[in-house]
Amino acid sequence: MSDFPFLLLMIVVPAVGAAVVAALPRGRELLGKQISLGVSLLVLLLAVLATAAFDAGGDRFQLTSSVSWIEDFGVSFALGVDGIALVMLLLIGVLVPVVVGASWDDAPVGTRSTTTFFAWILLLEAMMVGVFAATDVFLFYVFFEAMLVPMYFLIGSFGGPRRQYAAVKFFLYSLVGGLIMLAAVIGLYVVSAQQGEGSFAFEVLNAIDIDPDVQKLLFLGFFIAFAIKAPLVPLHTWLPDAGAEAPIGGAVLLVGVLDKVGTFGFIRYCLPLFPDASRDFAPYVLALAVAGVLYAALLAMGQSDMKRLVSYTSIAHFGFIALGIFAFTTESLTGAVLYMVNHGIATGLLFLVVGMMIARGGSRRIADYGGVAAQAPAFAGVFLIAGLASLALPGTNSFVSEFLVLIGSYPTRPVFTIIATVGIILAALYVLLMYQRTMHGPARGLMAAPGAARPAAGEPAPAGGHGTTTATATATATTATARRFADLSRREIAVVAPLVALIIVLGVYPQPLIDLVEPAVADTVSDVGGDPGGVTPDVDQNGAETEAGN
Amino acid sequence: MIEAPDLSLAGLSPLLFLFGAACVGVLIEAFAPRDTRHPAQVAVALVGTVGGFVSTLLLAGTREVTAAGALAVDGAGLFLQATIAGLGALSILLFAERGLDPARSSFVASAAVPAGSVRDRELLTSSRVQTEVYPLATFAIGGMMLFVAANDLLVMFVALEVLSLPLYLISGLARRRRLLSQEAALKYFLLGAFASGFFLYGLALVYGAVGSVRLSDIQEAVTDEGGGTLLVLGLALLLVGLMFKASVAPFHSWTPDVYQGAPTPVTAFMGACTKVAAFGAILRLLYVGFGTDEWTWRPLIYGIAIVSMVVGAVLGLTQTDLKRMLAYSSIAHAGFLLTGVIGFDATGDSPGLSATLFYLLAYGLTTLGAFAVLTMVRDGDGEATHLSQWAGLARRSPVLAAVMTLFLLALAGIPLTSGFTGKFAVFRAAIDDGAWPLAVVALLTSAIAAFFYLRVVVLMYFSEPAGSSAAGGSLEGPTVGVPGLPTTIVLAVTAAATLVLGVLPGSVLDLAGQAARFVG
Repeated sequence: MSDFPFLLLMIVVPAVGAAVVAALPRGRELLGKQISLGVSLLVLLLAVLATAAFDAGGDRFQLTSSVSWIEDFGVSFALGVDGIALVMLLLIGVLVPVVVGASWDDAPVGTRSTTTFFAWILLLEAMMVGVFAATDVFLFYVFFEAMLVPMYFLIGSFGGPRRQYAAVKFFLYSLVGGLIMLAAVIGLYVVSAQQGEGSFAFEVLNAIDIDPDVQKLLFLGFFIAFAIKAPLVPLHTWLPDAGAEAPIGGAVLLVGVLDKVGTFGFIRYCLPLFPDASRDFAPYVLALAVAGVLYAALLAMGQSDMKRLVSYTSIAHFGFIALGIFAFTTESLTGAVLYMVNHGIATGLLFLVVGMMIARGGSRRIADYGGVAAQAPAFAGVFLIAGLASLALPGTNSFVSEFLVLIGSYPTRPVFTIIATVGIILAALYVLLMYQRTMHGPARGLMAAPGAARPAAGEPAPAGGHGTTTATATATATTATARRFADLSRREIAVVAPLVALIIVLGVYPQPLIDLVEPAVADTVSDVGGDPGGVTPDVDQNGAETEAGN
Repeated sequence: MIEAPDLSLAGLSPLLFLFGAACVGVLIEAFAPRDTRHPAQVAVALVGTVGGFVSTLLLAGTREVTAAGALAVDGAGLFLQATIAGLGALSILLFAERGLDPARSSFVASAAVPAGSVRDRELLTSSRVQTEVYPLATFAIGGMMLFVAANDLLVMFVALEVLSLPLYLISGLARRRRLLSQEAALKYFLLGAFASGFFLYGLALVYGAVGSVRLSDIQEAVTDEGGGTLLVLGLALLLVGLMFKASVAPFHSWTPDVYQGAPTPVTAFMGACTKVAAFGAILRLLYVGFGTDEWTWRPLIYGIAIVSMVVGAVLGLTQTDLKRMLAYSSIAHAGFLLTGVIGFDATGDSPGLSATLFYLLAYGLTTLGAFAVLTMVRDGDGEATHLSQWAGLARRSPVLAAVMTLFLLALAGIPLTSGFTGKFAVFRAAIDDGAWPLAVVALLTSAIAAFFYLRVVVLMYFSEPAGSSAAGGSLEGPTVGVPGLPTTIVLAVTAAATLVLGVLPGSVLDLAGQAARFVG
């Protein structure tokens, strides 16, 4: 069973699906959507089966396959997953069908055809699977860069009013990082060639010793690329733009999965390949991480645009993840990996809900909403769950990961940890303020302007909503209900339900996920030379985790 | 008794095909009736280039020096010759396109008629064509193939002239915007003449230092005595002449003007073939002639590469005309190619040589394809090359926009296109040789250059079409012509090559690796 090419299929199936959907003639949009949903569910099934075939206690890389690709460069098309990559594949598997479902009706908002949108989503899925499943550094790089193209078109063709600017900014930031990484990738190959056969294979590269000075340069090459991707302050400025302008489906995948490539890259490449450099640079990285937690949280509080707000919360969360990674203990790193998954789920849900709100209200501004909860209680409930998961309330999935990160980082990096803890309070502030302003209080904007026509997408709702009330006092009851803020439709419930369920299940019982990632995390920590138990050996790691689990 | 020099006809056969075809073309021009000339010329030129291409392939693996030591037949030379002949054949197809321009050719009806005269206006819509372009282009291709095989400096100089003179002429033969075209031709000619002068002076200095123009003799002298002042000076002047042809900054000033003014098929031809030929000569001169004295030229090439990359990428940002933009892109790519040239290893295999060969092939095909796309987007006044005219093109012609996007992504070096494979190869060669600062500069300039390639993609896909807005009624959007068979073939071949060399480049890289040998 483990010889079954799960990973290859998870790349090929969506890629072929994308080609099929793109080739559909006009007028077959519904078929395109159905194919997209089917393909993405098939990938989810493959991811689940791959997880079943994966033996958490077995080899570091499993489900491996390798075909020589460009012999002259020593590159092979090598795939394989450790526990960390596997949970990311599961996350992709879950999020893409959700995104397809969520974008079911709102894709034609853009200027290009619906089928193109879903084709790009599927192609993006293939690339994302590839980037996490690659065990050849060159192959990783190829997916890392090629992944930009579908996202670029998703933002640029289907995004908001400033989509051109956002798309180009996103592409250039990532490309610059990627090119710097390319130099390091080549450098890595050259180093391996000096010590024997030149190779890009991760396992070969992991086994060689690299001179500490060379390590520093190569580490920086990889680090800058990943820090742009993740993104860490001060390389984060592209994310609020891209996140705000991307279509909701694109934004979910961008923040939920694409950016995780950065943190995944820290774990997979920076730490094991350049352990000395990682230790040398750790204080600086941690400083950036903690600065990001606080700075992005403050900026998030100041946002009036909901999509930008969610983007900034993500930057704060990436700070936590980076803290967990560069604290070099098993708990903190386990927490960081769980954080990557949980953040994808929680922020994904938050983006979806915000997207639904924007689709109804036609505005991204917080000030244009108010009193939604009275009209759409189920909607408000889901929004609350997403928000609480985002601020890591105990009982939600994010709590487990945030707690593990903090408890794991404290023994080695107490100062940074204490400062980062402040971020939790700020997170509660910005999430709850947004919730309170939009869901409660007096009805505002759309909800309070029964006479005003629904404003066109992208335009702010009319400011003088109150004035029109008297003019339409004779409005009939039926039109009044039509003007209400509609509650969740069946499709929307189907879209948010899996994520809500995951938030609660993983919040209460995260142990399977922890079991899945822990061996890979322990390998990584021992690669980087950190003590798997942390600096203070009296901290019982298992105890800490069970505590978190409960 | 005088012995006739040894002459390997087989080794010369690619050149014979080209020059033979060119001579036949001249005869056709003299004797065939006008209305049969165009098809006949196209056929002869294609036979010549394809014949040259096939014969280089048949010669694969040959290593010899022939024609009394004047010509080298070796792997690298043959690879370059095949590249030039193949790209040349595709260019001839672009020249032969009759379906796009309403007057059925992008070349002038009669070059001798002064631009703007009454007769000129009469001829504007005539389907007559100055068919001399075909023999001229064939001569140029032959000259390029001789250029990369020249084993002594004098032959190299003759080849330089044989390839340059026809190019000066055909640059001036545009049917539309004739004055611009003629101005470009004159500029190209004047500056080219200067460059040739530099080359010749360098040749004289080297001869003065060594007493021979043979590359192997130069190598011997360099090995024995090291680089003397005269020799280094000679090398520098030779390089000026060659870098000019390769449009490497700071010897690039002609490139944007000539690329813009010349008929677009000719620009495509120059952008692809001339670049290959010039780099072929640079490689042979440096690796064979001065290969044992690499520390003389390395700092020079190092510096020039950086200048060229920066100038090309930064000035490319400010361009508003697509042809000029691609000209600056060509300057930047010349810098990337020099990065590969740096990866030279006198002792063993040169990864730089095979990388540069591959890059030249990939770049040539992509550039040719990009210019072929340019010939198809037209307004009432000929080709619509201003950036603003390309806005919203994807909605009018999704296939064309997709193909252009592929070429632009390849030029930007995005993975899974040939441009990435080429860049990776040359950068690896440079880093392998310890020149990692150069590679880092190259990567950063790649990022800058990516911006202007992306801008075109943004315009095509994300902008409202020109003419649809209230930008003035006279500003009509361009139309996308329906290409005839020749252009379709060119686009299909170049687009397929751009993809294949990106996704499965293994066999071609192998070929370049095996070919990467010079005979001394």
